[in-house]
Amino acid sequence: MVAVAALLAVTLLGAIATFLVDDEHAAKFATAVSTIPLVGSVAMYYVYLTDYQNVGNALLSPETVAFRQSIDWIELGGYTLQYSVGLDGVSMPLLTLTGVLTTLALVSSWTPIDERQSQFYGLMLLMEVSLIGVFAALDFFLWFVFWEGVLIPMYLLIGIWGGPRRKYAAIKFFVYTNVASLVMFVGFFALVFSLGPSVSSFGLPEIAQALRGGAVLIPVAGITAAQLKVLAFIAMFVGFAVKVPVFPLHTWLPDAHVEAPTPVSVMLAGVLLKMGTYALLRFNFTMLSDVATGEVTAILPFSMPVAIAVIGVFSVIYGAMLALAQRDLKRIVAYSSISSMGYVILGLVAFTPHGMGGATFQMISHGLISGLMFMAVGVIYNETHTRMVGDMSGLADRMPWTVGIFVSAAFGYMGLPLMSGFAAEVFIFLGSFGATETLGSLAPVLTSVAMFGIVIVAGYLLWAMQRTLFGEYELETDYELNGAAFHDVAPLAVLLLLVIALGVAPDLSYGMIQEAVNPILDIGGGV
Amino acid sequence: MVQLPTWTALGPTLVLALTAVVLLLVDSIDPDTTNNELLAGVAGLGSLGAVVASAWYLVGGTGMPGENGELITLFGDQLIVDQMALFFSFLIASVLTLVVIASYDYMSEHRYQAEYYSLMLLAATGMTILGSANSLAVAFVALELASLPSYALVAILKTNKSSVEASLKYFLVGALSSGVFAYGISLVYGATGSLQFGAVASALSEGAPVGLLGMGILMIVGGVAFKTASSPFHFWAPEAYEGAPAPISAFLSSASKAAGFVLAFRVFVSAFPMDAVGTTIDWVLVFQVLAILTMFVGNFAAATQENVKRMLAYSSVGHAGYVLIGLAALTGDANSYVLGSGMAHLLVYGFMNTGAFLFIAMVEYWDVGRTFEDYNGLGTEAPLACAAMTIFLFSLAGLPIGGGFFSKFYLLSATVQTGTWLLAASLIINSALSLFYYSRVVKAMWIEDPASGLEIERYPLGLYTAVIVAALVTVLLIPGFGMVSETAETAATLL
Repeated sequence: MVAVAALLAVTLLGAIATFLVDDEHAAKFATAVSTIPLVGSVAMYYVYLTDYQNVGNALLSPETVAFRQSIDWIELGGYTLQYSVGLDGVSMPLLTLTGVLTTLALVSSWTPIDERQSQFYGLMLLMEVSLIGVFAALDFFLWFVFWEGVLIPMYLLIGIWGGPRRKYAAIKFFVYTNVASLVMFVGFFALVFSLGPSVSSFGLPEIAQALRGGAVLIPVAGITAAQLKVLAFIAMFVGFAVKVPVFPLHTWLPDAHVEAPTPVSVMLAGVLLKMGTYALLRFNFTMLSDVATGEVTAILPFSMPVAIAVIGVFSVIYGAMLALAQRDLKRIVAYSSISSMGYVILGLVAFTPHGMGGATFQMISHGLISGLMFMAVGVIYNETHTRMVGDMSGLADRMPWTVGIFVSAAFGYMGLPLMSGFAAEVFIFLGSFGATETLGSLAPVLTSVAMFGIVIVAGYLLWAMQRTLFGEYELETDYELNGAAFHDVAPLAVLLLLVIALGVAPDLSYGMIQEAVNPILDIGGGV
Repeated sequence: MVQLPTWTALGPTLVLALTAVVLLLVDSIDPDTTNNELLAGVAGLGSLGAVVASAWYLVGGTGMPGENGELITLFGDQLIVDQMALFFSFLIASVLTLVVIASYDYMSEHRYQAEYYSLMLLAATGMTILGSANSLAVAFVALELASLPSYALVAILKTNKSSVEASLKYFLVGALSSGVFAYGISLVYGATGSLQFGAVASALSEGAPVGLLGMGILMIVGGVAFKTASSPFHFWAPEAYEGAPAPISAFLSSASKAAGFVLAFRVFVSAFPMDAVGTTIDWVLVFQVLAILTMFVGNFAAATQENVKRMLAYSSVGHAGYVLIGLAALTGDANSYVLGSGMAHLLVYGFMNTGAFLFIAMVEYWDVGRTFEDYNGLGTEAPLACAAMTIFLFSLAGLPIGGGFFSKFYLLSATVQTGTWLLAASLIINSALSLFYYSRVVKAMWIEDPASGLEIERYPLGLYTAVIVAALVTVLLIPGFGMVSETAETAATLL
């Protein structure tokens, strides 16, 4: 199947063409180009739902993966590097999410982006190419090329089109993510090289199967196999945790979000953060499931799953508390992302069907909702030119559509039933509450504490909305408020519909997600 | 098919030498006028011809023992044409072609055009012979043929003080190290009674005076370290690269460095095999020390520079350290893999580093300035060239948007296979550090606001062509890296 290759090639050519289009037409051109991967990924999603059964997990049963293509690429020191792609129930929804969010983000750029447009839109499309690649790649090198290919456009997008402190934010983003990549890279290769002759390629499925099939790790420099596994797990966890981000590696995120222009924030929160949790799922929790479940402890004086769960739950509460303390609407949404991603960590580490399925579902759900929230804040900012809670009030009268959708999205964030956030969080809590195999007697305690996060979310969102959207109309800036343009509001409406659709019928993607995560649990000995 | 006489295997070298002569001829017909187009055209065609010839031979398997031919040795074993020689001919000629194309614009207002191009071609001739040298005598002559024109080229801007000063420093250090190298050769000759590599090796296996031989080998290491700008003999490099016209800096830091390395690979592997001289002098250990020292010195010095060209000069020292891994990890296991990794990195480095220096040439052509701050906002004025520069810099740092990522990984896996952990650690630490200073340029070009009055009006075609071709090759070396690594490893196996 060449579907993924076609998607990559068309988007790449579109990106290059966009660089050559003049500024005036770049916006419309790029949006038109982005509809190709949009339609393509939605069509693939549809084909997946109708034509593929029993796909399983991309790493554990690579033969049955959907849209699979594999071509030998480079021979290096006895290892084969391959162009190898394929989709399973975890990567398929994320790929479609990328297609949907990119097009909507491009539409939402029409108003705020008014300089160097062809470069802006070209970089956005270039980033989309890499994101598609990250989710589809099944070979480490292919995956890593795309992984870094996301970071460089993002760095430039924040650095060139960002707010007043854009330079600081861009550098911080670049340094954090590259150091993280390096740590992950070293951890991963310590693992692969010590697998020695049991693997003959850098294909993720082969490595995952070797590790889970009990391949012997060659001890190096006095480090035993078990210790090596634990060290590699920690290195990769730290590398990916920066991306997610979890406490205490999160400090780049608020800066990046606040300085980035709205459409870039949408991509950052909507898709880029998911790269971290996606990679955690693929690498840490699939390949090294024995470390993730606490079966292999080696040098650790504590239980690995409990430690990770504590980090996740702490991120939930800490992120929410930080959000509570903010006055900038964008900062509020940015910190609440840290909180939401904490749930993903908790769900993953529970290592139960609903925990892991819910975590994956939360990736999709949070991608849609946080994208929607950032976009809504962006639309309000476009009109009012302020994001400070104290500077405005009573916007509901002047921009009813935007405010209506904003309020709905906020309720989605708080976990209102029949919206996707509710489904995701319920699955996660169901999964983690009974996760006694990995979290022991702490499982109910940790889950209850995490649930309390929702109360705080409700607190800061209701407080912010009450002050800005309702009451007497008042605006501290010198701009007249005339309601947003149709093309600004339309993406919001589309996202809201998707959020509701997934909330009403979670099985649109939950079924395929379950199919993909269950094999991870089977061999790993989960519940 | 007609069997060509064996001397035609030297095709790339002959084409380069012939072109140099033709250039001088053209100029002597009418010495008072300079036809810039004609001279650059002849030089460009000649160097391109050498690229094509060496690529043709490489693909055709010339010098490969087996079905298609046999190991080609010429003039009583003084020269050898094998895959390694051709690999480096290809590399040197490619760099030369890019530099010649770029020089068309850069040198358009200078005098001594014919001399400029023919000196460059002569130097390249010397470098390709260095790749084929199979005896210490030929190696020395070739080294001088490569070096003498280089001294003159650095000083080609006769009225520019820093150019002349750089050339003088380069010449003085170069003359000294040539002397050391020649003395080393004489000591080895004294110890073994021969100059031809194979004969030296067989004499060694029968036993040779330990002290004499050890001193000789150490001095040869010194000569090689000078030519490749490796620590502690790198002091000339930043001065020469900074003072020289930027296309010449590109040529020296890419092609000349590669020529130094091919000599080192061949001398140490075929004339001084470790199992024969290991007890006398452990040159692998010497190169390990040199490699680590060079990596740290080059990268740390680069990180503290304010002048972009000088930063690149030091980074070029750092890269010499990476390539030295190709010799320093020759601990016995996987020798051809280790050598191959060094060769592959040199090839990839040849394109990305040449591209980066040619971008500097473009900036000098625009007269923008030399420090990081002067580069502020260049991206708004010349987005295409700056995009190419971004690719070069990130590829040099080892991010996977250029072949530099794979060649560094190749080096890393070579250190892992041989268990030389210290080398692996220095490679990783220095690559991480290098991202810091390379990204400063990217930040200046794209993210900083342009200084007022920054305006670029001329977009030189030749420079642009060279920079963009180099960028394309750098990017295409990601999907195409397999070809490079395979050729390099085959070449190394045959050595």
